[in-house]
Amino acid sequence: MKIVVCVKAVPDPKEADKIKIDPETKTLMRGDVPFVVNPLDKHAIEAALQLKRKYGAQITILSMGPPAAGNIVKECLALGADQGILLSDRDFGGADAYATAFTLAKGIEKNGEFDLILCGMASSDGATEWVGPQLATFLRIPVVTMVNEIHENADREWLVKTAWEDGYRKVAIRLPAVLSVARELNEPKNLSFSGIIKARKKEITIWSISDLDVSPESVGFKGSPTIVGDFGTLETGRNVEFLEGTAEEKAERLVGILIGSGAIG
Amino acid sequence: MENKNQSGAVWVVAELKDKSPHAVSLQLAGKARELANQLGVPVEVVLLGDQVSEAAQVLIASGVDTVYLGESADLKVYQSDVYAEIIVSLAREYKPEIMLLGSTFMGRELAPIVAARLGTGLTAHCIDLVLGEDNVLDQQIPAYGGLISILCPVKRPQMATVAGGVFPTPDPDFSRSGNIVEISVPENMENRARVVEMVKEESDEQPLEDAQFIVAGGIGTGDLDGWHRLQDLSHALNAALGCTRPVVDEGWAELETMIGQSGKMVSPQFYLGSGLSGELQHMVGIKGARMMIAINNDRKSPVFEQVDYGIVEDCKTFIPLLIEQINKVSKDKTL
Repeated sequence: MKIVVCVKAVPDPKEADKIKIDPETKTLMRGDVPFVVNPLDKHAIEAALQLKRKYGAQITILSMGPPAAGNIVKECLALGADQGILLSDRDFGGADAYATAFTLAKGIEKNGEFDLILCGMASSDGATEWVGPQLATFLRIPVVTMVNEIHENADREWLVKTAWEDGYRKVAIRLPAVLSVARELNEPKNLSFSGIIKARKKEITIWSISDLDVSPESVGFKGSPTIVGDFGTLETGRNVEFLEGTAEEKAERLVGILIGSGAIG
Repeated sequence: MENKNQSGAVWVVAELKDKSPHAVSLQLAGKARELANQLGVPVEVVLLGDQVSEAAQVLIASGVDTVYLGESADLKVYQSDVYAEIIVSLAREYKPEIMLLGSTFMGRELAPIVAARLGTGLTAHCIDLVLGEDNVLDQQIPAYGGLISILCPVKRPQMATVAGGVFPTPDPDFSRSGNIVEISVPENMENRARVVEMVKEESDEQPLEDAQFIVAGGIGTGDLDGWHRLQDLSHALNAALGCTRPVVDEGWAELETMIGQSGKMVSPQFYLGSGLSGELQHMVGIKGARMMIAINNDRKSPVFEQVDYGIVEDCKTFIPLLIEQINKVSKDKTL
């Protein structure tokens, strides 16, 4: 089985609130927030590893990003993937979800045959959830999003389960296909020391625009149908009153406010 | 697909809940009416299902001029390939200017497929839609401590998803008239991802949307143990428990309980946020709350710019203390 897992290097979600827009210059102030593997993508990698253990599989990690995203791809190799590809080129920069999915699709096509593509259902920074389904559309294959159970079999039609409004749904999907996965799917394992040692020998492949069958107009900022317009602020019209004193006094005052609002009593 | 000089309609891809239009579809019909009036174009809806003509009447009463109605047993539940194919063919034929979908489970899967096939842009989980210069839709999303407007200046239709509760539900006016255009649904359409089961499950948790009192927590709750204390607090207050995205990512709470731009939009009487930093993606979901209180150990946290009362304490130690005090008061009352 050939599996491609798409991953994204994102600013560490635990520190993401440090990233701000400078209200004056309207530029992004990244601060010193480190890049990590997008948390949901780890569940996609774990799903691929579980399939590999059962059936044997060749797992390719595919990412698009700046050269520094190569470290993220290497981390995925240390988790047990076999091959890593980073699509990296200035022309790929400034891509929206559409252009990202298009470029990833071209990378997958260049890499050759595949049975399954896995990705996290959303990135922690963009959070559009569009890349999985759009990737499938560009590759002309079916997709199921928000997958929380995979019931694979030896046939080419698998059963997957997803959350759905007020319940769940089960979908029979024909391979090759894209599954964008939810956190509930599995419990990702942490990096092991032996994995890190083994991954040292693995090289990642870097493809630039000249390696893909694309024009500069179809990728990155130029290939993106959407653009970012103005930045604004959101006025809440609320003025904070801090409750002061010892912790006990604050709790007492808060209880008073809660009684006043009808939440207690 | 097409370039922008086609003055098309404002479209909503409607969704059904049982046999009635989903609340978010009616809210989008209301918003579409407003945008269409400004553009001088009609509001049109695509409605797919099995025996759903009554729902079409409700949509017309909510401001829709034309319903493209696809009725077939094959359309009874959402099927991605089939629904996408019908919507894409209709859009190619009628060339809408704007296409809106709910940020529902269906919308989140269907919208990106349709957008990719039409070769156009799609903005996720907008919190406002405003016509700007040259009638380009200013699609506002919260990000990085502010509001960002996303534009799709050239490609058409301009597509966006919006969560339920962002726009008000219009009052239906059943004296309004509109057209129903029945579309023929071909048999044996390609369906590579076949929904074989759609099951409803009862939940015993208090639904956030209807809750009068909400306790919400962020990553600053600390750990799973801290999260359980917050759960205890919500029980002590008989409040619904909500959370931010990082909490869902950590696995402490279900996606269904996430409040904000891509989650639930709520308007409780009272909201208590603990261990969260005031990220706009979360805060836009509760701007309708009557009273807001935040607990955070950093006096400079942006959350304090967005609430009525602030408490600077570490929630790990403060929440148990608060529960103790509440229990004391409740006990006094029952004596």
